[in-house]
Amino acid sequence: MTKAIELDPFARFRDVTRARIGLGRSGDAIPTRAILDFQLAHARARDAVHGQVDFTALADELAPVPSIRVRSRAKDRTVYLARPDLGRQVDGADLPPPGERHDIAFIIADGLSAAAVERHAVALFKACLKRLGGFSVAPVILGEQARVAFGDEAAAALGAEIAIVLIGERPGLSVPDSLGAYITFRPQAGRRDSERNCISNIHADGLSYETAADKIVWIVREALRLQLTGVDLKENAQGATEALSYSKS
Amino acid sequence: MTAYSIVLGRERHGFQDLKSVMACASPLKSGDVLAGIAASSNERRVAARYVLADLPLKTFLNELLIPYEADEVSRLIVDRHNLAAFAPVSHMTVGEFRDWLLSYEATTERLAALAPGLTPEMVAAVSKIMRNHDLITVAGKCSVVTAFRSTIGLPGRLSSRLQPNHPTDDPEGVAGSTLDGLLYGVGDAVIGINPATDNLDACIRLMALFERLRERFEIPTQSCVLTHVTTSIKAVEAGAPLDLVFQSIAGTQAANAGFGVDLAVLREGQEAALSTKRGTVGNNVMYLETGQGSALSADAHHGVDEQTIEARAYAVAREFKPLLVNTVVGFIGPEYLYDAKQIIRAGLEDHLCGKLLGVPMGVDVCYTNHAEADQDDMDNLMVLLTVAGVNFLIAVPGADDVMLNYQSLSYHDIVGLRHQFSRPPAPEFEAWLERMGMLDRKGRLAPAASTGVFSRNLLGYKASA
Repeated sequence: MTKAIELDPFARFRDVTRARIGLGRSGDAIPTRAILDFQLAHARARDAVHGQVDFTALADELAPVPSIRVRSRAKDRTVYLARPDLGRQVDGADLPPPGERHDIAFIIADGLSAAAVERHAVALFKACLKRLGGFSVAPVILGEQARVAFGDEAAAALGAEIAIVLIGERPGLSVPDSLGAYITFRPQAGRRDSERNCISNIHADGLSYETAADKIVWIVREALRLQLTGVDLKENAQGATEALSYSKS
Repeated sequence: MTAYSIVLGRERHGFQDLKSVMACASPLKSGDVLAGIAASSNERRVAARYVLADLPLKTFLNELLIPYEADEVSRLIVDRHNLAAFAPVSHMTVGEFRDWLLSYEATTERLAALAPGLTPEMVAAVSKIMRNHDLITVAGKCSVVTAFRSTIGLPGRLSSRLQPNHPTDDPEGVAGSTLDGLLYGVGDAVIGINPATDNLDACIRLMALFERLRERFEIPTQSCVLTHVTTSIKAVEAGAPLDLVFQSIAGTQAANAGFGVDLAVLREGQEAALSTKRGTVGNNVMYLETGQGSALSADAHHGVDEQTIEARAYAVAREFKPLLVNTVVGFIGPEYLYDAKQIIRAGLEDHLCGKLLGVPMGVDVCYTNHAEADQDDMDNLMVLLTVAGVNFLIAVPGADDVMLNYQSLSYHDIVGLRHQFSRPPAPEFEAWLERMGMLDRKGRLAPAASTGVFSRNLLGYKASA
C-alpha cells in the first residue's frame, strides 16, 4: 500500500502570513510538534524579557564612542515589570555632573528585550551616527532596567536638545528581538508619550538598520526645524513615523 | 478621620472612605499596588472585607465613589438606576447579597430581573467577598442573550470570535487565518479583526473582504473591523458593509476621553450601525472591549481600584445594548495584573460582574510575554469560563496573535471546549455547519471535516478575486 502524498492545503497562505494556520489536529488538540514549536517561541520571548543585557560588552562595542552606565530606580526585573514608574526614573547617583550642551543624546535601554538590545542597538546607533555629521552627540547612556521615559531625565542631565532612546520592545512569539527607537524633542521629566515619535519593528525580518536610521534622522531634522516631536510631527511620504503605542482597539 | 473601621483581635483597622474599603478589600492586583491603594497587609485586606460585608447595598446609592458632577459615567449609573428592580435586595448588606446570589432563590429569571437595579459598585463589592468558585457558580445562573445574524448567549452554548489579525492587513493573509478558523467552526460570535491602521479606506477594504466571504458561503455570522468608533461612523456614511461598531471603553469619563470617546459619540455609533438594518435575527449592533487597568494607565481612575472601575465600564456597555462585550483580560501587562493568578481571578470577576449587570459577556483569555503566565494558565481559565457559561471566547491560529504580539486561545481550544462540555455554537451557525457537512453524526466537528467538499471550496477561496 502506498502512502498518499499529503499536500499542505494552506501552502498558498504561508508566504503571506506567519500566523500558525493549518496546524492539523490530534483529536481536538494541537499536534505535538506544533505544541513544542509554540513552547520554544514562548521560551525565547520569556528569556528575552528576563535576560540581562551585557552592558560591559556593549560599551566595548561602542568604543571609542564614550558611554555612561545609568541605572533606573527599578532595582531588578521583578520590580521593573511591576513598577513602570520606577523604570522611568533615573538613579541620580549614576548621572554625570552637568557639562557642555549637546544636540543629541542616545540612550540604549534594555526595555523588555535584552536580545533586541544586544543584537541591534550598537549597529543601529552607528548607522544613525554616520548620518548625523555636524551635530554634537553626547556620550551614550546605557540605561539598565529602563523604560522609554527614562531617556527624558537622562538626556536632560546631559543638556541634550533631542533624546533618541533605542529600547528592546515587548517580545512576540515570532520576533523576540525587536528594537524600537523613540525620539523626543527637549526631553525632560514629565514628557507625555504623545510628545514622542517612534520607529518600531527594527530586527532581522523587519526594518533594516539603514532604513531605520534614515527614518530616525529624518525625524531629528524635522524636530529641530519644527521645534517639536510627537503627534504634530506628521509622517512623511514614506511613512517615517508610526503611532506610538498600539492598544487593542 | 476614618469613616469605616473594624477591630480584629488587638488591631483596629480604619478606612478613610468607601473607595478605600473597596480598594483594600480587592484581591491583590499589581495595578492597585501601583496606584498605591491596595491593602498594606493581608490582614488589612480581610479587615476591609469584613467592613464591606456589613455595608448595606444602599450605601452605594448614597455615597458615590466618583462624584456625579465630575464624571458622566457616574451620572449614567445614577440616572439609569431602577429602584423597582432593586427592591428585592434593597434591604440587604453586601454579605447578605453574596449569600442570596448563591442561594436557590436567585434563579436565572430573578437575576435577569434584578440587573437594572444593580450598580457596578454593588456588583464589584459583592465580587470582592466571593471566591473563584462563587464567581463561577453565580455567573452560571445568569443568562444574557443577544442577536444580529446569530443568537449568542443561549444556555448550554459557547460562541467564539474568530480573530484573523495580520501585521499589514494583507488580504490573503487575513483570508488564510479566517478560512482556517471556519474549519474549526469558530466565528459564530463575530469574525473580528484588529486592523493594522485606523485608516478609513483600509478598514473599508477589510469590511468588504469579510462581506464577500460571508455572502459567498452564506455564513450566519457578523464581521467587525475593530477601529475607532468615529472611523466606523465614517464607514457607514461611505456606504461600507459594516455589521458592528466597535469601541474600547472604560469606567470613567476621563479614561474614555483617553480612548477618544464619550457617551454621545458611542450613541452616534450605535445609531449609525442601526441605520443600516443589516441584522437578521436581532439588532444588537455594538461590540465593546474593556479590561482592568485601562483607567489607571490613563491616570483616570480617581483613586478607585481597577476591578471596580472595570465594572463601571459595563454600565457604559449596557447603555448601548451591545451584541458582544469582552474583557481583554491579560493584554494590559504585569503592572496591572502581574501573573496568572491575578489574570484568572480578573477574568472570572469581569465575567460575573458583566453578567450580573446584564451585559453579554465574553472574555479574551490571554497574556503577554512579560506577564508571569503561559498557555497552561489559559487552559485553566478557558475551562473555568466555559463552566461559568461565558457567552464567547476569542481564538486565533495556534493561540499566537502575530499582529498584536500576545497569546490568546487557539481555534483548537474552542473545538475542544465545545466537545468536552457539550456546548455547541450559536444555533444558526450550528445549522450552517450541519448544512456544509462539517458535523459528524454525533454533531461533532471532527478532524475529518477538514477533508470534505466544503473544506476544499473554502480553502480554494481567493480574497482578492
